[in-house]
Amino acid sequence: MNFLASLLVPLLLAGVALFALHRRVDVYDALTAGAMDGLRVTVRILPALVGLLSAVWMLRASGALELAAAALEPLLLHVGLPPETVALMLVRPVSGSGALAIGAELIDRYGPDSLVGRTAAVMLGSSETTFYTIAVYFGGLGIVRTRHAVPAALCADLAGFLASAWAVRLLFGS
Amino acid sequence: MAMSLIWTAMVVLSLLCAAATGRLDALAASALDGAAAAVELCLATAGALCLWSGVLEVMRRAGLTGGLARLLRPVLGLLFPAFRRCSAVMEPLAANVSANLLGLGNAATPMGIRAARAMHRGGDAASDELCMLVVCNSASIQLIPATVAGVRAAAGAKAPFDILPAVWLASAVSVTAGIIAAKLFSRLGRRRR
Repeated sequence: MNFLASLLVPLLLAGVALFALHRRVDVYDALTAGAMDGLRVTVRILPALVGLLSAVWMLRASGALELAAAALEPLLLHVGLPPETVALMLVRPVSGSGALAIGAELIDRYGPDSLVGRTAAVMLGSSETTFYTIAVYFGGLGIVRTRHAVPAALCADLAGFLASAWAVRLLFGS
Repeated sequence: MAMSLIWTAMVVLSLLCAAATGRLDALAASALDGAAAAVELCLATAGALCLWSGVLEVMRRAGLTGGLARLLRPVLGLLFPAFRRCSAVMEPLAANVSANLLGLGNAATPMGIRAARAMHRGGDAASDELCMLVVCNSASIQLIPATVAGVRAAAGAKAPFDILPAVWLASAVSVTAGIIAAKLFSRLGRRRR
């Protein structure tokens, strides 16, 4: 499976190039033209990212997440979520690298085949860095009125976390 | 407005919590560190973003994205009925969904942004379709979560990929909940106005 995953990108690049050559497309010209477009996108999303990450870093440094985790623990037990994963769930929507670090630590401490370790892994694998996605997509287009995107995306995250805990319990027993 | 409220709330909350836990010194430095991290992240991902944007353009000129769009139209047409016949939206959208499924997040982003740009009719407000696109992209739909399987393998898991069915189940629930919430909230928002 790991082998397949590492083969995917080179195969895709070679396959697309060969097919495009066959169709008489100027592959290199298209590649560089598209890359120029990617550069413009990068420049446009940078300001949105500076705004988001400065606030996220402040939130992490302030200890707000630890306070929220402590407050939420009893509630989590109620809905069947392992309370150890509360920090992971809070960080996941705002910081991808932060969530990966927390998740890896949980997997290490409780063991990859434990209930907590598995739940953390499934939560990481079935979710995205929601606020990063929103900042990148809307920031690049200059949209400030995001309407229902944030609440709907957070609903998806919450449902995914609950389903992660339930699916691990269902498939691996408690 | 949502992002303005969220940003302000995050900053104010940080200030209050840091004052309560006595971490005010670290807080000042962290804001600047975060801004620096944003630039580093942009630089670190810029290469991949440019490369995949280039590959997308090659795919577009070769007619590959058109094929993908035809393949995925039954599903994407249901989610985005307004753009069912609009190839400028459907082609990058189909590529975005395919890249997400393959777990190529770096590739999915430029493709999704291209679709978003084609959907956007100007102004500073997000349309229903744009919200749907962002919600679908913020709920992960990858088939092979390679990163997390790597973490499990490093920690000594017996079968790092044995979580796959659970990941698929959780992803499906998450995406479905997001789509339902987006549809529901857009209707609620319209009624209020």
